[in-house]
Amino acid sequence: MSAHALFTAYITIVLREIRRFTRIWPQTLLPPAVTMTLYFIIFGNLIGSRIGEMGGFDYMSFIVPGLIMMAVITSSYANVVSSFFSMKFQRSVEELLVSPVPNWIILAGYVTGGMARGLGIGVIVTLLSLAFTRLQIHNLPMVVVTVFLTSALFSVGGFINALLATKFDDVSIVPTFVLTPLTYLGGVFYSIDLLPEFWQGVSMINPILYMVNGFRFGILGVSDVNPFVSLGMILSFIAVLSFIALKLLARGKGIRH
Amino acid sequence: MTNALEIEGLTKTYGSGFEALKGIDLQVAQGDFFALLGPNGAGKSTTLGIVCSLVTKSAGKVSVFGYDIDTHLSDAKLHLGVVPQEFNFNQFEKVFDIVTIQAGYYGIPLKKAAVSAEKYLKKLGLWDKRNTPARMLSGGMKRRLMIARALVHEPKLLILDEPTAGVDIELRRSMWSFLEEMNRQGTTIILTTHYLEEAEALCRNIAIIDHGRIIRNTSKRELLQQLSLETFLLDSDAALERAPELDGFSCRLDDEGVLEVDVHKRQVLNDVFIQLQQQGIKVVSMRTKANRLEELFIRMVEQNEPAAEAVTEGRK
Repeated sequence: MSAHALFTAYITIVLREIRRFTRIWPQTLLPPAVTMTLYFIIFGNLIGSRIGEMGGFDYMSFIVPGLIMMAVITSSYANVVSSFFSMKFQRSVEELLVSPVPNWIILAGYVTGGMARGLGIGVIVTLLSLAFTRLQIHNLPMVVVTVFLTSALFSVGGFINALLATKFDDVSIVPTFVLTPLTYLGGVFYSIDLLPEFWQGVSMINPILYMVNGFRFGILGVSDVNPFVSLGMILSFIAVLSFIALKLLARGKGIRH
Repeated sequence: MTNALEIEGLTKTYGSGFEALKGIDLQVAQGDFFALLGPNGAGKSTTLGIVCSLVTKSAGKVSVFGYDIDTHLSDAKLHLGVVPQEFNFNQFEKVFDIVTIQAGYYGIPLKKAAVSAEKYLKKLGLWDKRNTPARMLSGGMKRRLMIARALVHEPKLLILDEPTAGVDIELRRSMWSFLEEMNRQGTTIILTTHYLEEAEALCRNIAIIDHGRIIRNTSKRELLQQLSLETFLLDSDAALERAPELDGFSCRLDDEGVLEVDVHKRQVLNDVFIQLQQQGIKVVSMRTKANRLEELFIRMVEQNEPAAEAVTEGRK
């Protein structure tokens, strides 16, 4: 395929993904907006006002970057895993498999689709947060790069989950039992300085901690970890997971007999 | 001239250990209308699945218009259009979108894809349904949608796996004419079907596969010439109480009073009419009883049965 044909195939996948999640917006765009608004009201306003400062900022300002990141992570992951698994389930993935689209374009198309939803949700949650706090941006490039890379990383993760999943239960196991605990324990609601030393050490092996803190550094200028270490971690994870996803695709894992 | 499809020593053993293909060799010439026949589980869909990259082969070589699927998979796929046995499109997408999205996967820009989609949706009588979600279509429409989708990138080789399964006779006939027209325009067509009447009506060459082996690969004409016996159904002008005695012919009455006469290849059909006329029986209409190809097919598969079982036994 020529470069132009490859680009057309890539855009076709991306646009189809965007059309899919916008068509079912009450299932894809509305729920995170409602959930995050509740977080802002309950944790930020009601409880947060009694907590006082965290990391040198009022509690609402402290949790906003984490909540935006949490919404981006879950939406990016959910978009790819549910879309690709339902394609497998309906067998419409065969449309892609019989076509000459190379595997890396398939992966890139789905990851971009996941990022489109994840970042779209990120924008919606950011706009909602403005109703509760005044957002300052400490380092815009850091904000943009961290959120883009994190969204890409979890989109690749969702793709691998979809390839390996054989039933609908498998699609919800990782988000429920892995992603949610790691996100909640990844410093969204607190600074790890509050933890005993042992649990601080344990927290350092949670990859989501680096993403939340990298993003928080971009917005507030404070972080529990070095923001450049965060970027390095995210890039490394993207490289490893993309390699695994391409290997699984080449083997036809879960999609070819 | 390069063959449209060449298969050499193709084998497939599934993870369960089931040996679906045991070394298949097959050539389909450009412009052919080719049927791959076989009973359920014979290996037809596995063979086509490998050609279309939906199934990974265990060993052997497959090339499409000279492009080896191991080394030039993308080129091979560009020449292929696939109509699978089961519906495999997104049921929530609209008909037009399903076809244009497929074109996009082949690198065809939307503007050009829209023209091609319109052409095939119109030819297949689906243009009025272009904005209908696929789940709202009837079974026959869904089958035609899959044909339009397979043709949108103008493939030179069209593979159809049971294309008319569950389709009513009228629609089946119209799909036949469409496929014949595509073949006349130069598209090589390979189909698998359970309707042997379909293969007899459409195809020039036929391969019969059973227990993962090709047991026959020849022209339809040659295959039909092997028929030594044909049964004719004769309707007489008056109801018959019993079957007449015909010298040299086996003759009987069926439950509806229709006369069944077996005519051997070396016998002359005219002799039947002469003898009936001598007995005062007038024939007002006549037709052949069974589908000829079906008769042959059943015979061949039955003949293959003991051999195949012996092979299986030997491997246990």
